[in-house]
Amino acid sequence: MPQWDLARSDVVLVMGSNMAENHPIAFRFAMQAKARGATLIHADPRFTRTSAMCDLYAPIRAGTDIAFLGGIIRHLLENDLWWRDWAIPYTNIATVIEEGYHGPETGDGLFSGWNAEERRYSSETWQYEGQTVPSPLAEAWMETGGDFAERVSSLRERPPARDETLQHPNCVYQIMRRHYARYTPEMVERITGCPRGVFLKVCDALARNSGPERTGAICYAVGWNHHTTGAQVIRAGAIVQSLLGNVGRPGAGLLALRGHTSIQGSTDIATLYDLMPGYLPQPHALRPHKTLADYLEVETAPTGWWANFPKYAVSLLRAWYGGEASEANGWGYDWMPRTVGDHSQLPSTVAMRDGVIKGLFVMGQNPVVGGSNSRLVQQGLARLEWMVVRDIAETDTATFWRDGTLVRDGEMRPEEIGTEVFLMPASLSGEKAGSFTNTHRLVQWHDKVVEAPGDSRSEHWFVYHLGRRLKAMHADGGRPEDAAIRNLRWDYPEVDDQGEPDAEAILREINGYRVADGALVSSFQDLKDDGSTACGTWIYTGVFPEEGKNLSRSRVPDGPNGPGTHLGWGFAWPANRRTLGNRASADPAGKPWSERKALIRWDEGAGEWTGPDVPDFQKEKRPDYVPDWSSRPKGMDAHSGAEPFIMLADGRAAVFAPSGLKDGPLPAHYEPIESPAANPLHPGNPASPAAKRWEQRSNPVGDAPDPAFPHALTTFRLTEHHSGGTPTRIVPTTAELQPEMFAEIPTELGRELGVRDLDWVVVSTPRGSIEARALVTDRLRPFAAEGSARPVHQIGLPWHFGWAGYATGDVANLLTAVVGDPNTGMHENKALACGLRPGRLFRANPPRTEGPN
Amino acid sequence: MDGGLAHPRAVPSAPGMDGVEVPVPQEAELTCGTRIEPGKSYGFFTDTTLCIGCKACEVACKEWNALPADAVGLTGHSYDNTGALGANTWRHVAFVERLPGTPEARGTEMPPFQSNWLMMSDVCKHCDPAPCLEACPTGALFRTEFDTVVVQQDICNGCAYCVPACPFGVVEISTGDGKAHKCTLCYDRLKGGMEPACAKACPTDSIQFGVVEELVERAGRRVEALEAAGQERAYLYGAPGTPGATNGLERLNAFFLLTERPEVYGLPAAPARPAPRARPGILAGLAAVAGLAAAALVLGVGGGGGGRR
Repeated sequence: MPQWDLARSDVVLVMGSNMAENHPIAFRFAMQAKARGATLIHADPRFTRTSAMCDLYAPIRAGTDIAFLGGIIRHLLENDLWWRDWAIPYTNIATVIEEGYHGPETGDGLFSGWNAEERRYSSETWQYEGQTVPSPLAEAWMETGGDFAERVSSLRERPPARDETLQHPNCVYQIMRRHYARYTPEMVERITGCPRGVFLKVCDALARNSGPERTGAICYAVGWNHHTTGAQVIRAGAIVQSLLGNVGRPGAGLLALRGHTSIQGSTDIATLYDLMPGYLPQPHALRPHKTLADYLEVETAPTGWWANFPKYAVSLLRAWYGGEASEANGWGYDWMPRTVGDHSQLPSTVAMRDGVIKGLFVMGQNPVVGGSNSRLVQQGLARLEWMVVRDIAETDTATFWRDGTLVRDGEMRPEEIGTEVFLMPASLSGEKAGSFTNTHRLVQWHDKVVEAPGDSRSEHWFVYHLGRRLKAMHADGGRPEDAAIRNLRWDYPEVDDQGEPDAEAILREINGYRVADGALVSSFQDLKDDGSTACGTWIYTGVFPEEGKNLSRSRVPDGPNGPGTHLGWGFAWPANRRTLGNRASADPAGKPWSERKALIRWDEGAGEWTGPDVPDFQKEKRPDYVPDWSSRPKGMDAHSGAEPFIMLADGRAAVFAPSGLKDGPLPAHYEPIESPAANPLHPGNPASPAAKRWEQRSNPVGDAPDPAFPHALTTFRLTEHHSGGTPTRIVPTTAELQPEMFAEIPTELGRELGVRDLDWVVVSTPRGSIEARALVTDRLRPFAAEGSARPVHQIGLPWHFGWAGYATGDVANLLTAVVGDPNTGMHENKALACGLRPGRLFRANPPRTEGPN
Repeated sequence: MDGGLAHPRAVPSAPGMDGVEVPVPQEAELTCGTRIEPGKSYGFFTDTTLCIGCKACEVACKEWNALPADAVGLTGHSYDNTGALGANTWRHVAFVERLPGTPEARGTEMPPFQSNWLMMSDVCKHCDPAPCLEACPTGALFRTEFDTVVVQQDICNGCAYCVPACPFGVVEISTGDGKAHKCTLCYDRLKGGMEPACAKACPTDSIQFGVVEELVERAGRRVEALEAAGQERAYLYGAPGTPGATNGLERLNAFFLLTERPEVYGLPAAPARPAPRARPGILAGLAAVAGLAAAALVLGVGGGGGGRR
């Protein structure tokens, strides 16, 4: 949903986010909603600047979000407060699941399909009755018995089995009722520590603002992601919204607040190792991806919009490879590198530590501050042969060999570290042209307004010229990798004396064009799988629909009396749609659920969907369209006119996810890997059994509650600093606002330990200890916790600090562990257990005190 | 659809803004709907019920006015590490934690538009009349054509009379140049038709810039709206006839909406203009001097006597 659409919400729940501090510009729209009478709620382990602005604050112990959200789901189902008229047709709540399915409530925390030896699930029993459903995510293929493509093709034969009376014992509704039966308000209080009265007020506010006339939004950020159960926390939020009909409607949605200005863009254009631009799966050496034909066969969903996948994949290859690329060699498919496993940041860190990875580019990141288990990160960096750091200042990462933890603690001396560090100056956004894609998929162009100082260069410049040099190096070689580089299309016009490549030329390539004449394409519906079109990122098609028309430059707001979708402001992918799933803003017959919450509607006279937003639906598909199953319909033809979610194989919101998740089809509460509390729901499996583990000498992880680490620890960000701190700790006016590392501790713990404001404390986990000044505050609190005789105190640590710049202090991530979410590889830095004592640490080499040179 | 999704300041199409090559003579009209003209009174309405404590105002102020960081270090006072207004800090966000002290009694429900963690962006009040200006013997402090109060450092002799005269502790002598410094309400920006930096940077419109009379009216409506929403403790501080505009201060051109007693935010409950009290003192002093001089004359020991030569 657009951030500005929050102004139309009747209730806003902020959870897993400190929105006012970390997304202050988006928060203005929550404040506008409040000014119009909306209820604002904040659920968080810490009372923050966001809580201060809300009507209701629900305190929860870090890492218990699913217990809280599961409690809401149970409350809605058991009290019949969910919106049946919306959810029955638009979600899979009535769909019948395979007989062999059982949930964690009968398996002591394990779903059916658990392979104890390999510690992973098979999702066969999670499927729709008699049908295998491909994931709507990038990777459609999954390990199943038999031929995958054949199995999923059953979706073309008949609609999934449904029981709209919801009586079938294995329909999703009944499964969910059994699954969440134990998530009572009492259980929510036992696990999360949130008083049940407060919890029920939250439930009530959400339920009250659901239905035809009202909508609610949930805003989350990395406070949900950074857990070994992160993907499932977000799923739980999505289920709540699906039950309340808060998808695709004005003022409704699950708003992922993303951090950096273009972190959305960096996922779209694929910085992740397993994705290619536009959420296409990276070919994998150990999957049936041998040839382009194999890859397209197993990754193409038979039904829904993803049936168009071959057009996007082939067009991407056409954008990337020229030279000898032809239909015969799969448009260069073989030149594309294959993944062989998990190459995300956590295992890459371990691989550096083990000497597998020899060289590293660090661009716009500060991993010794932001990476989990910073000591392990630094040990990894110390074993590299070379490291290139491109940044606007000398970062903590660039100086780890001189000022870092290993040196400070006497573990290594600078002369023992062989890593050759290249520090390359980078330009800031005003010093280069380019685009930002914000959290609402809104692409906004910015021009270069000033010259960057000295030798600072843009990322475009650096990558373009690096590529040119690589092409020169590999021009004559006979090895396969030489051909891969030689055949890359790499021709961008240079716009100035420094050789800066034309940023708009890159955007034109992202948009897509006809290979024959280079004419830009205006819609991804024009893309072909026959090699005649090239497209860098199919979802962005339309951002540059014709020469001279860069829609991301457009800045035309609707004005106070306009519809408020602002279609003339920038370009929102896909197809300039502002609200995804907006077909659901109308009822199955195509009529808005209410005029107050109208968005798009079926215009019978014109024979098309119309409204102030671009319909997220086939424009001319009648609401009463029903697939002709006798013709084995494919793609969108297999969706009825009342199934609103085109990217899903069955067109309905997946409150139960038959595939795509590696840790269960429904969110279940697991404690963090390191927790001070027991799990009363399934003591045999207190933490997520499927969580990723990388056991290491330098990464000890404490599995059971340990009296040495009795407190709950969470890490957080401050509005005054930006992530790894480089852009703010080097600027005096921001550095002075939060000048030093500190630890937030509850008043009760301060009293118990005799710790007062500004006293030094030492915080410890199995990975090590750091020291910080104490900020003793009523904003944090102790929680009663299962299996702990004493209350568990919530400790909070900001993680921005390091040794570079003016605002310095110990690195909070020296305490965190390399463990990950099984779906995403995301770390668990938001919830772990720690010890705390008054005092300071011994340091072999105390930190340098002078500022940067 | 109510169309109110656009920011209230948004304009349907900004005339002359296509391509942005055209200079914008009255940018403030676009950013806050205010035309800046000499002869009117301009000021700030700081609504603390909207402040999220982001300190963007502090940073914008220091960046625009090229003020150095003081580097005071961690204060231990909540998230306030700036401490107070001073020669180098012309916006200061106060943080007041007000959560009750036991876990059971700690607030989970906030009265509408009032936080359990109060934040207020403090600034020079640009008082009318202005005690600092009245105390200034050199004329370095003057009232501008926008009814704001500005120090001219090239005239200031560093006597510091303005420092104790200010009832709010705003003015300070810089240890750098020995002159008085304080908020100018971005005098240079006003001359260029631009909204002051802090107000423009404020993401939640807690700081609103405009013509004082209009701001006072808007603030009055805001108090009523808050009352209607159940926040009955909201009141104005510094608007004519309200606390803050007391003891000879007719109004503060930078005034506030508060929900707690002024002292909670570090503001004086009843600030006073020293001049009325200073006048009898000065007159008495002058009378005493005159009396002594007369006596000296009579006794023949005054400077007028030339006997020694």
